[in-house]
Amino acid sequence: MSAEPLHRALGLTDDELEAIVSTLDREPNPSELAMYAAMWSEHCSYKSSKVHLRTLPTESPAVLVGPGQDAGAVDVGEGFAVVFKIESHSHPSAVEPYQGAATGVGGIVRDIISMGARPIALLDPLRFGPLTEERNRWLFEGVVAGIGGYGNCIGVPTVGGEITFAEPHSANPTVNVMCVGVAPADRLVTSAREVHEGALLVLFGAATGRDGIGGVSVLASRTLEEGSQESRPSVQIGDPFAEKLLIEASLELVERDLLEGLQDLGGAGLTCAVSESASRAGLGAELNLDAVPLREPDLEAFEVLTSESQERMLALVAPERLDDVRAVCERWGVASAVVGRLVAGGGLRVVMGGSTVADVPARSLADEGPVYTRPTEPPAEPADPLAEDPTFAAVAVEPEDALLRVLASPNVADKRWVWEQYDSLVQGGTVRGPGGDAALIRIEGTLKALALSVDGKGRFGRLDPYLGAAHAVAEAARNVACTGARPLAITNCMNFGNPERPEVMWQFAESIRGMADACRAFDTPVTGGNVSFYNESGDSAIWPIPVIGMLGLLQDYRLAVPSAFAGAPAAVYTLGETLPELGGSEFAEVVLGTIAGRAPALDLEREQRLHLLLLEAAGADLLASAHDCSEGGLAIALAECAIAGGTGFAVGLPGDLPPHVALFSESASRVVVSVDPARAAELEDLAGTLGVPLARLGETGGPRIVVDGVLELALAEATAAYEEAIPKLLTA
Amino acid sequence: MSGSPRVGVITFPGSLDDRDALRAVAFMGGQGVPLWHGDRDLRGVDAVILPGGFSYGDYLRCGAIARFASVMDEVRAFAERGGPVVGICNGFQILCEAGLLPGALIRNRQLRFVCRWVDVRVETSLSPLTADLLVGEVLRVPVKHGEGQFVASAGDLERLEGEGQVVFRYCAPDGSLDDVANPNGASNAIAGVRNAAGNVIGLMPHPEHAVDPDVGATGGQPMFASLLACALARV
Repeated sequence: MSAEPLHRALGLTDDELEAIVSTLDREPNPSELAMYAAMWSEHCSYKSSKVHLRTLPTESPAVLVGPGQDAGAVDVGEGFAVVFKIESHSHPSAVEPYQGAATGVGGIVRDIISMGARPIALLDPLRFGPLTEERNRWLFEGVVAGIGGYGNCIGVPTVGGEITFAEPHSANPTVNVMCVGVAPADRLVTSAREVHEGALLVLFGAATGRDGIGGVSVLASRTLEEGSQESRPSVQIGDPFAEKLLIEASLELVERDLLEGLQDLGGAGLTCAVSESASRAGLGAELNLDAVPLREPDLEAFEVLTSESQERMLALVAPERLDDVRAVCERWGVASAVVGRLVAGGGLRVVMGGSTVADVPARSLADEGPVYTRPTEPPAEPADPLAEDPTFAAVAVEPEDALLRVLASPNVADKRWVWEQYDSLVQGGTVRGPGGDAALIRIEGTLKALALSVDGKGRFGRLDPYLGAAHAVAEAARNVACTGARPLAITNCMNFGNPERPEVMWQFAESIRGMADACRAFDTPVTGGNVSFYNESGDSAIWPIPVIGMLGLLQDYRLAVPSAFAGAPAAVYTLGETLPELGGSEFAEVVLGTIAGRAPALDLEREQRLHLLLLEAAGADLLASAHDCSEGGLAIALAECAIAGGTGFAVGLPGDLPPHVALFSESASRVVVSVDPARAAELEDLAGTLGVPLARLGETGGPRIVVDGVLELALAEATAAYEEAIPKLLTA
Repeated sequence: MSGSPRVGVITFPGSLDDRDALRAVAFMGGQGVPLWHGDRDLRGVDAVILPGGFSYGDYLRCGAIARFASVMDEVRAFAERGGPVVGICNGFQILCEAGLLPGALIRNRQLRFVCRWVDVRVETSLSPLTADLLVGEVLRVPVKHGEGQFVASAGDLERLEGEGQVVFRYCAPDGSLDDVANPNGASNAIAGVRNAAGNVIGLMPHPEHAVDPDVGATGGQPMFASLLACALARV
């Protein structure tokens, strides 16, 4: 039996090889093949997703930089631009949780600094299998420690990130990392910058080693199979101290206007950074591998070209600026080397040991990868989705018991065990840290704050991927609006199974459609993101989970609306309407043991009016508190407001829904607010004007949680169930 | 700016809360002066802060490399002349490694990083951060560290306690000592100590993150007010 041809071993198909041969008009050599394999991998080329991603809305007056660059950028006024992006690092984290998560943080931070922005916040949406399994606890503890270990050491506060648990993530944990940065708008390093022929390629930061060879093609673009631990050498090792120095050196270079361009080295390493830099400038490049500082002496050309060693950046520098650039690097203790230059023509010529090891068109690597319209196929519909819907199931459970069980469900329960391992305070801008609806980070020197939320809706997406994506956008926008901030734009992380399977591709297409509709409705365009396919092992794929990173803007953070009930007595209202919708709810999973049924409906226009009401009410300083009503429904939203505020409530349930449905339905477009009774009429008037249904439920106060005629519980008991659930599971 | 005390904040490679300390000094009415680890110059400041962070990545023992920085010779000389020196978190670790303060900081009892707001009780008024404070006052400040468990030899601990060199202890909001309130398992709940002369202090909590009411509690305000008063006395 003959050995597998090299191109297939590298992850290229026969057709892709043919395309390379026709581009070069000759057979590629092994180094060239490795470069194409990396750049044309799913991870780098978006070859399966591109045709769908093109349908997303990407523009608004606020958007300065849309998809296609290292990160999106949005104008927030007063001369500031906010740069933000989310990315996945799930595959490396499944193999080596600490380093996988740590290097995920490092990579997304470099995306932000490559735009010339100072990273000011990190958020990490994480999904694991149930904590009752030892391996899942190992993954969970390792990922959280890795995020903390890296983020804490580089001085960027980690201010949020939802954490959820579901069986499909036992084999495939989902680790997404989002970073947000701020820069003076006129100093952004974008592709609009003029880059000149002759600009030097200056590689700075860590030396290049063998770690992460084939990371994008081996780990990120294939499914994880048995024995995936053998992929460990493909996981990179992080050095956060080197990253911290890289941040400071990069920002000083940008601040002093010494650069024509700046690019991070991530997936596909030097090959990606050089080919993209040259292609964007409409130029070619000469790259001398002998000049690349190496961690070990005898690396092959293909290894230097595709190594994913961390903490490296590539700057484009006019020759007359070189001395200044080197001096800045030296002051920060960062090594730098001139490894090539941009040249006329479009060729990327790579030399090593005096001979040419690769000579290919830069554009063909960076921009002319294959694009696939993969077949889509909806799954067979269940015979009668309504029959499976738990909304109409007979329920024999005491409401108090149900509330305590849902409060203690790890999806809902207090995540302080996680938050305390993250430095959420460094840089001094954290107006509100993790645990609320949205984190608030002020922009230094202004009264503005960024409102940040990350959301995904796993169960809803499983039932209906269109609705799952639309709900995720709606919830993220609602979370931001609850603080009084206006939703501005999103970044997305698409976590899916194998795109070569038509049902996965259908889920993807439906998710994009749902996201596009919701983003249009809220005028929150997509400024970029990341697609992570192949999240499956054997027969087990994850649910389709588009994770939305929402950026909102609060004009005056002193008017930020808290999410907890305050001490003073207040009237409690729900905004929005509760419908009989238990399909895909936390209650259905935890108490009824089913995730079947229909996902809740979503009326985008009604949702948008709700956001408007929240913004107007917050601007008039009308709300004592506002909290999104989502996982666990009204019962959990009320309980969370009470637990966080340390004050109970007494409410009634309006309408004629069965109590467990009224309490735990996860109908969309709802918020629990409290308001000074003297101003209740103002809120009612405003809601009437904007056409948002509202219902007065009762009052805050007292040491108990009381739902008239339905349940009564000491607040302390609810608090204990909520706070102790995760620590208990971890010490089991 | 004459009359406004000048407080230097040293940036080591890997310092993270240096800008925060400078901002806090300015917020409280002082003049923050950035200092660089490689300089043999304190630029004539009236007080010095070694800020939090992970100097040199803390890949060896925390603070073990930073103590060899050129600027540390100047800090030592400044301290010997009675100048107020404050080490916060990693700065505390550096001062211990440099022998300017007794004891050491080891991994937290729970073996995890901890970021949380805590209460600390003032144990002596003889320190640059407590000169304006009364013994027994309780201040709310955050901690954020992985290696903040203060330990010392039995002899050192006895001397620290006997001679009033413990400056802050972790406590419950009412000032009582409670093991639950101790975020890292520190011996005798010690959050901060001073040298025998009383001009050098190290503490694990971050007063620089507790001066601006817009971003949290303000237990750091009286500490910085004390520091500025001490610095002013030297102007």
